[in-house]
Amino acid sequence: MELIAAIVERLRRILEVVQDFVLFAWDAIRATFSPPYYGREFLSQLHFALVGSLLIVIVSAAVAGQALAIQLVRELANTGAKSQLGHFMVISVVRALGPVLTGMVVASRMSAGITAEIGAMRSSDQIDALVAFGSDPMKRLVVPRVAALLIALPVLVIIGDALAVVGGGFVGLQYHLPVESYYSGVLKYLTPKNVMVGMIKPFVFALMIATVACWRGFRSAGGAKGVGVSTTESVVISSVGILVADGVCTRLVFRILGW
Amino acid sequence: MISFEHVDYSIDGRPILRDITFNVPLGGTTVILGPSGSGKSTTLRLLLGLARPDAGVIRIDNEDITRMSEKRLRQIRQRIGMVFQQGALFDSMTVGENVAFSLIEHDNVADAELEGTVRAHLELVGLDPDLIDRMPDQLSGGMQRRVAIARALAARNPQILLYDEPTTGLDPQSAERITDLIVELRDRMKKTSVMVTHDIADAFKVANTMAVLNEGRLVFDGTPADLAHTNEPFINEFLAPFRKAVLAATQRVVTVPGDTRRTALQ
Repeated sequence: MELIAAIVERLRRILEVVQDFVLFAWDAIRATFSPPYYGREFLSQLHFALVGSLLIVIVSAAVAGQALAIQLVRELANTGAKSQLGHFMVISVVRALGPVLTGMVVASRMSAGITAEIGAMRSSDQIDALVAFGSDPMKRLVVPRVAALLIALPVLVIIGDALAVVGGGFVGLQYHLPVESYYSGVLKYLTPKNVMVGMIKPFVFALMIATVACWRGFRSAGGAKGVGVSTTESVVISSVGILVADGVCTRLVFRILGW
Repeated sequence: MISFEHVDYSIDGRPILRDITFNVPLGGTTVILGPSGSGKSTTLRLLLGLARPDAGVIRIDNEDITRMSEKRLRQIRQRIGMVFQQGALFDSMTVGENVAFSLIEHDNVADAELEGTVRAHLELVGLDPDLIDRMPDQLSGGMQRRVAIARALAARNPQILLYDEPTTGLDPQSAERITDLIVELRDRMKKTSVMVTHDIADAFKVANTMAVLNEGRLVFDGTPADLAHTNEPFINEFLAPFRKAVLAATQRVVTVPGDTRRTALQ
């Protein structure tokens, strides 16, 4: 009986947490559609998300793209289909690997940054001070961060995808695959449908990363230790969430496209 | 006038405040005194509408704020200036932006006028106006607390000022400057003020009326002179280490002009 009671209690707490997140996300959505809007805060967050994440996205996309291309080109060479490298790179990078890889890299950086910042504001009463002086923390803190990441992540995914695909071309060259052959494969399979499959994901990931990070920051309690715990939770939830959302998005888009 | 009427408040079923009833007279300063964890800061959070009580009524100028919409609460908060414990300055903004926060947020004030207002408020709290472009982390704790007071005062000339442990963590000189400033604001600007503290000397220095909390219950509500002579066991025990200072403060025995705090501690 004690075990059942413990399981029920655990489930109740999980439901409470889920409910809390849903209500928080709902408040954030409502706050998005009414003024005031904080342009300066939005630009500052856009700079932090886009320019600040650029280098790690470039490095990780270039390295991962080349590693993928090396794996692919060797297998394709064995089956005499080396000329298909461009095709396989587009399908792998644009549809699947690119958004997830860039999403993960950006999630680790942005989740930690946002949760730690808002958590520190919570523990030093700055969020209460915002409310006390008539400001709405949802509008001032959450909306600019969500909006900035909704713009920054898709742009970073495009940059990361492009670098990974271009990196694949260099690998192809090393394996004596002509540039024209590689890029004709790339262009042939860079169709609107393939791009759509890949480009819906960063919007979903961005919404999730920013909302979860702000939510954990707002719920941070217990000083420095509490901020640390919230930051860890935020990164873990976002990272796992990206993988889950990737699976759901892929199935959903495939169904919509009738594939 | 501010009034608490039979206010109960709990967190996760743990009672924080129980059946709290007291009034804050118009234009006066009420000090809420009590040991750590007695629920003092919670009273200010309730007064600002940052938390809602489980039961009871809190009125500001006869308006019940406990059942008020968030939109209306935001209007009420514009009549209140709050000085948070540790200052709670926005660390991503300059001193000037902190002081002007409320004006930037709510009023369409021209930049030149804004700067003039900020400088005037920094001077009012005894700070160099040229600190306007500094970041909060470049200031000492005492200066940060003064900026927090300037921010509270600049907020649309509030009718009510709330101070949450404004001298906690400061060295004696800085603490004394802050309490002197609070007394000056009380006497010069006649603002209705509520100060939360566990520092007995500070409390007697600034209070017109006092409320004492212990474990979430109100154990005293009256004047400083009444408090000094009460027979309530908890208060006697709480004041015992400062008994001489309390009597000195209530009799206004001042050996050094303008230095009531040092006298009260003798």
